[in-house]
Amino acid sequence: MSADPPAIELRELTRYFGERAALRGITASAATGTTLAVLGRNGAGKSTLLRILATLLRAHGGQLSLLGEPLPRRAYVVRARLGYLGHEPLLYRDLSGRENLRYHARLHRVAQARVEELLDAVQMRERADDPVRLLSRGMVQRLAVCRAVLHQPALLLLDEPRASLDPGAEALVEPLIGRGAGLTRVLTSHDPKAALGEADLVLGLREGRASFLAEPGQLRPDQLEALYR
Amino acid sequence: MRSVLAILRKDLLLELRTFETLPAMVLFSIVTFVIFHFALNRGSLAGQLAAGILTATLLFAAMLAINRLFVAEREQGGFDAFLLAPVDRSVLLLAKAAALFVFLVVLEVFALPAFALLLLGPSLARSLGGLVVLLALTDVALAVIGTLVSAIAVQTRARDLIGPIIALPLLIPALIALARGASPLLSGHGRTFPQGHWLAILGLYDLVFALLAYAVFDFLLED
Repeated sequence: MSADPPAIELRELTRYFGERAALRGITASAATGTTLAVLGRNGAGKSTLLRILATLLRAHGGQLSLLGEPLPRRAYVVRARLGYLGHEPLLYRDLSGRENLRYHARLHRVAQARVEELLDAVQMRERADDPVRLLSRGMVQRLAVCRAVLHQPALLLLDEPRASLDPGAEALVEPLIGRGAGLTRVLTSHDPKAALGEADLVLGLREGRASFLAEPGQLRPDQLEALYR
Repeated sequence: MRSVLAILRKDLLLELRTFETLPAMVLFSIVTFVIFHFALNRGSLAGQLAAGILTATLLFAAMLAINRLFVAEREQGGFDAFLLAPVDRSVLLLAKAAALFVFLVVLEVFALPAFALLLLGPSLARSLGGLVVLLALTDVALAVIGTLVSAIAVQTRARDLIGPIIALPLLIPALIALARGASPLLSGHGRTFPQGHWLAILGLYDLVFALLAYAVFDFLLED
């Protein structure tokens, strides 16, 4: 009997920007339903890794498969099953939150009722018709969370997902993108303690290289400190 | 097709909210006609000169839309959002070309009466149908090439320069066909429909560039 393939599998993943290697030989895998936390200093390669997983960037070396599908060959299939929440909300500033979500719902062929369901979930129904440019950063982030989970993805790629969210808003988005959602997740965070608390596996990146790949309980404090030194 | 309509609808909605492009195009064309009116010191024009002025004015007004076509996608994450969706990349080409085509039609709805009022001697009434056909075929060329060029230019820092530098040479054959085809229609000598060969050139030009754009557009969206 063969085991299920890992939801995420990276082998010797490499990516350059010009001459500079942003990622060098990253190897990792994560099982379905688990959370992989990616930690590291600014510029360590966390966002680049997430953008490659989101099919927004191509790797220049190595192999990558998501949800059992090899990338970039089967990117078209994978896109329907992944949700990406990056630094930018990917919302048009001059459209309202509702218009933005309806636009994304049409692109993903999702029923419009799902938009209203999510607006309710993040308590944004009252401000849903205001242009995004008039909303606070936290409200925009709540809408961005809605956009990321609109099509009920199997894999969530979360780049600093709780940035700009107050504790109340964090609680609102928790059922959508938190551990309780039961989805496979890759998340980056500048708050190592919080990330360790919700991770099944931690990948430490330093200058584009993997410093460690371990379960949170196996990590030594000095390994974590060295990552940010 | 649903995805094309979704993007087209979003682009038109964005324009209705911001009015960043269409008013500029219309105003530019009307001001240009006024400038020609006084610079040439002639109350009325006809034939090749009228066709040339109409063609050049529409072209430069179109460049305003071409330069802005992908700005929201670039600056507000629209490219990433589109690339994350499970849709064919040619959908973006079709939707953006359709949006540009709509902008050009709206421009001409305002620019043609202004042209007739400010510069044109002969009446447009009898040849309007033929002129509309010519303009529609030219608009397809402008929309397809404009979308292609805009997608290239928006990736560069000097997008306002790169757009016209690439687009203008590519558009020369279509613009020659428009100017030559429109000349007899604006001369007031009885011709009401453009000569067939100019329409054929425009149709062929549209087809060739539509196929070319379809073939290369995917690569323009690569990182």
